[in-house]
Amino acid sequence: MSEQPLLSVRGLTLGIRHKNDSVTTIVDGVDFEVAEGERFGIVGESGSGKSLTLRAIANLLPRGVEVLSGSIDYRGRDLVRMPADGRRRLAGPEIAMIFQEPMTALNPVMKVGEQIAESPRRHLGLGKEEAHRLAVEMMRRTGIPDPARRAHAYPHELSGGLRQRIMIAMALSCSPKLLLCDEPTTALDVTVQHQVLRLLERLCEDTGTALVFVTHDLGVVNQTCRELAVMYAGGIVERGKVKEVFADPRHPYTKGLLDSAPDFDRPDHELVAIPGFPPDVFDRPAGCAFAPRCVYAVDHCLEASPPLEPVLPDREAACFESATIFERTPA
Amino acid sequence: MSTAQTPPAVLRVSGITKAYRVGRGLIRRVAGAQHNTLKALDGVDLELRRGEVLALVGESGSGKSTLAKILVNSTTPTSGTVEEAGLKAGATRRERARRVQMVFQDPYSSLNPRLTVGSMLAELLTLHRIVPRKEIRQESIRLLGRVGLREDVLDAYPSQFSGGQRQRIAIARALAVRPDVLVADEPVSALDVSVQATILDLFRSLQAELGLSILFIAHNLAVVQHLSQRVAVMYLGRIVEVAETAELFANPRHPYTRALIDSIPRMSAESVNDLFDIEGEPPSPFDVPSGCRFHPRCPVAVDRCRREDPALMRVGAAHQSACLLAEDLAPYPGAQKAEEAR
Repeated sequence: MSEQPLLSVRGLTLGIRHKNDSVTTIVDGVDFEVAEGERFGIVGESGSGKSLTLRAIANLLPRGVEVLSGSIDYRGRDLVRMPADGRRRLAGPEIAMIFQEPMTALNPVMKVGEQIAESPRRHLGLGKEEAHRLAVEMMRRTGIPDPARRAHAYPHELSGGLRQRIMIAMALSCSPKLLLCDEPTTALDVTVQHQVLRLLERLCEDTGTALVFVTHDLGVVNQTCRELAVMYAGGIVERGKVKEVFADPRHPYTKGLLDSAPDFDRPDHELVAIPGFPPDVFDRPAGCAFAPRCVYAVDHCLEASPPLEPVLPDREAACFESATIFERTPA
Repeated sequence: MSTAQTPPAVLRVSGITKAYRVGRGLIRRVAGAQHNTLKALDGVDLELRRGEVLALVGESGSGKSTLAKILVNSTTPTSGTVEEAGLKAGATRRERARRVQMVFQDPYSSLNPRLTVGSMLAELLTLHRIVPRKEIRQESIRLLGRVGLREDVLDAYPSQFSGGQRQRIAIARALAVRPDVLVADEPVSALDVSVQATILDLFRSLQAELGLSILFIAHNLAVVQHLSQRVAVMYLGRIVEVAETAELFANPRHPYTRALIDSIPRMSAESVNDLFDIEGEPPSPFDVPSGCRFHPRCPVAVDRCRREDPALMRVGAAHQSACLLAEDLAPYPGAQKAEEAR
């Protein structure tokens, strides 16, 4: 990693402030760094706070949810405390985002070529024709057949896979430094998902764009990202290199997730579900949030909340018992 | 395994076609199509054997959900027949409905939010006269126990439960009328991974302990591999390959199946090979290609594939493929790799 990371999230805490000034914390003290050109995955189940964390970086938090504390440093500048117009100037040329459902993220009454051209015109100061040429070129690079003609299509005239390519073309039109992806292939068929993931990987390599990639699919994160954070109930429970975490998890939740997911390459591996279900956001347990479902939990786990600490070289886990549970080297 | 005696079919569909007439309005113009019929299913033959889990896989628009709807009699086929083993001639519509039950993808929209779980089950048990009125409560508790839920669930509303629990309730509802066949349309794809495994377990126990025959519709091949005994692959309204699960994944004999397998996001290995990387997306069912309907995306298509429409043919003991080149396809590299791993 270079001396200054591209993105540095420190103690990010998100929540809802109620009328009586009480606070419900949804994401609690999340720390991570993303280096330039890095591909960083965040996995977790629904309600883990992975999408909210991403939306906080993009300044797209839903109404009512706010940053309660912490910072999001982008190239040394804190996005949380930056004035609104400063953040708007970053959105597009520096930080771009692609969403799960392209149909709801695209403007239904605007031709897709114009939508792609909008950001370059605004941020790169391109003229109408130049911007249109760039839009067609971006469409060509995302593998859209017959881009010059398709540029005049409206989103509803395109298939799901093509729409997702349009959104990628839009996001990358100003060659951003950081691309935020929120489950970008979940709504796509497998063969199309495969194409889109490869495309993203290739384009980001070409432009040196860093990725923060949120998904619930362990296979997708393995094929897309190098670095990984696992989130559970609003906090990061494990962080490390994807391949190393998958081969040798150091948090009971990560292990549980890997044991419960069907793995195509291990057809005889018996699926073991994690007992119980994640805590309600309004009713999180004291102590470790995973303790009530954890087979390894000891008394201490129910009382105090474990911090994210180094457990191996280049690996952090938030578990008091990690050293005891995972002492043995994997077979 | 394939040489063992094949169990009898509980459900057999033959030559099923489902065409939707599409008007001359907006939809037709958007699709830019010449025809005004959409063939969601085009000559499907399939049998579900007693006590098996048969997986039906394919991408959106392949017709798998349409086939499910026909099986549970919520829509009628344009042509073709559905035979149910042991169904007496002149059986009532209600009797037919009882025998094949369905579990839907989204447990948030498939349960009536205004009925308690107890009244939902009671309604079915009464309507189909499964048990005498006095025993309804007892039977409901038994059903809930069967799917791993406790008695106190009876007085609760669906909104009080998580996705996994709702799916259990939906399964209990399907079981209430003592069906022979369960049609499950993507029953775990709306659920989180850690919950998914418990529901897959439940399906497995229903098969093992009740001897239910299950048609399991899914797009996640890793899930299919873990649960089913046989797999049927659909593409644009046709079945293009059927085989026993292990055989299908080790030795796929249709290029589309190979492409599907190679598209699985792998958790431990890298992609097996790039040969069957296919371009583009499934074409619109308004505009089915000539010859083999997969040929525009097929990496090994030859001239013949553009002209001849291949039927599902036997390529192995219990293996059928609808590919003109099925006999000539190179050995599947994934198969060798799997062998080496063992």
